[in-house]
Amino acid sequence: MLAFLARRSLVLLATLFAASLAIFLVLEVLPGDPALLILGLEARDDTLAALRSQMGLDRPAPERYLAWIGGLLAGSSGISHTYSVPVFELIGARLAVTVPLAAIALVLSTVLAVPLGMLAATRRGRMGDYGVMGFSQVGMAIPNFWFAILSILLFAVTLRWFPASGFPGWQAGAGAALWALVLPAFSLALPEAAILARVTRASVLETLGADYVRTARAKGLGERRILWGHVLRNALIPMTTILGLQFAFLVAGSIVVEAVFALPGLGRLIFQAVSQRDLVVVRDVVLLLVAVVVVVNFAVDIAYAMIDPRARRAA
Amino acid sequence: MIRRHPNLILGAGLTGLLCLAALVSLVWTPYAYDAMAIAERMQGPSATHWLGTDQFGRDIATRLMVGARNSITVGVVAVGIGLLAGGALGILAAACGGWIDEIVARCADVVFAFPAIVSAILITAVFGPGAVNAIIAIGFFNIPVFARVARGAALQEWGMEYSRAGLAIGKSRFGVSRDHVLPNIAAVLVVQATIQFAVAILAEAALAYLGLGTQPPAPSWGRMLFDAQTLMAIDPKLAILPGLAIALAVLGLNLLGDGLRDILDPRLRVAPIG
Repeated sequence: MLAFLARRSLVLLATLFAASLAIFLVLEVLPGDPALLILGLEARDDTLAALRSQMGLDRPAPERYLAWIGGLLAGSSGISHTYSVPVFELIGARLAVTVPLAAIALVLSTVLAVPLGMLAATRRGRMGDYGVMGFSQVGMAIPNFWFAILSILLFAVTLRWFPASGFPGWQAGAGAALWALVLPAFSLALPEAAILARVTRASVLETLGADYVRTARAKGLGERRILWGHVLRNALIPMTTILGLQFAFLVAGSIVVEAVFALPGLGRLIFQAVSQRDLVVVRDVVLLLVAVVVVVNFAVDIAYAMIDPRARRAA
Repeated sequence: MIRRHPNLILGAGLTGLLCLAALVSLVWTPYAYDAMAIAERMQGPSATHWLGTDQFGRDIATRLMVGARNSITVGVVAVGIGLLAGGALGILAAACGGWIDEIVARCADVVFAFPAIVSAILITAVFGPGAVNAIIAIGFFNIPVFARVARGAALQEWGMEYSRAGLAIGKSRFGVSRDHVLPNIAAVLVVQATIQFAVAILAEAALAYLGLGTQPPAPSWGRMLFDAQTLMAIDPKLAILPGLAIALAVLGLNLLGDGLRDILDPRLRVAPIG
């Protein structure tokens, strides 16, 4: 187990290193001069040069890369030139929107998908199964931003139950803030629920055929006990993997949904930072998103290896 | 046939409709896609404008047809990039093994670590927004998808006796890849290509919605949805029709992919209904 942990940690670090290098190189070739963008086209050459050296733009690329990574490791970030605050502060404020949004969406999709998937598996070949599989196909086909637009049209514009866009902030009270996240969370959750329902159905079907389920039946256990006690618990293993991965994708998927609802989250931040050439912000946010994906993957692998020793050898 | 493969039939039908709309738009559309007629703006469906007109009096049916062409172009090129580059890399990795295999696998890991929409935003930031750059961005993150699928399937083929027999009679590893591995994994790649086609259409729509894909006045379903958002309280069909087009196209391709998988590769079959 220790050897496995060490090997996986090494891969994790190597992936993060390669990703940070890729981000840095991509931003290197990004056209546009941030200093010129801040000062405007009429800026004098010497002011421009002064700002460039203040931002560290005049130093060679390897030095700037090391300064960036070194700063992150030491716990300090650069200063965003559009917001004039440290990037970490900026990210922290935005995470207060994106993380609850992704978490609510994750809970919603699970609550929706797991019972539906179990229903489909236990009613295989009957109306319930057709209904759930149909819902799943439709859910995967609907773009989350279209669902978001339609939900604004119905629940915000027509029925006026929810705000159409914007976020009051947590200082306006948890109720109002959560209320503003309901429609975005549903839009994010729908396609995820569609996928998760399929996975649940497949893994419950597989478990239903297992020997220990037949044994449980032979012992005379009730169907309900078998389903919730034996089948679901075993089917949960592949489902947790999907759930873990989905959280990472929910965070990324929120970029588009946040744009629809004009929510001040991480997605909006990266999107705006790219268009304003606020590269100090872009590189940190992208690296954070990548780190979320990689670390979640790592955690899932470790959890797997703890549950199932065979996974240690396979990896 | 219909009873045994409802997915395939429905999927092929919807996909056929999508292709038909795109093909017809090459030679004929009811109107020019950018022909404005302010006096006729935001009309409902009628004999002259089948699906009505938008805020500039442009014919929506026309714009949806040209939008279909746009989506198909993006899908074909983006999936083509992924299939050719990724498929080749995957087959190469399986054939060579060793450090080449390791490098391909690790590079795929790194690209996979970037959420697709994030790398698309980065790529369009470098090259500027536009249809061509959106295609490059989507094609790029298709490469590791196909590389992984091709590698996995190819490794299975290398375990088969006919592949070993090929080596035994003196074929090169390249020869075996061409004569035995590729024909046998083609089905898997075709199924994956259908699914990725749907993913590409969704991704293009999202990028166009964010203003990073196809630029106006060229019609794109995603951009039409963006334009509709401020007007939908007055005219809901502007927000409904383009989304419906995206959803039907994606639904069709996904069903087609599922149906093809059932026929071509029974091993990967999703537990069928019934």
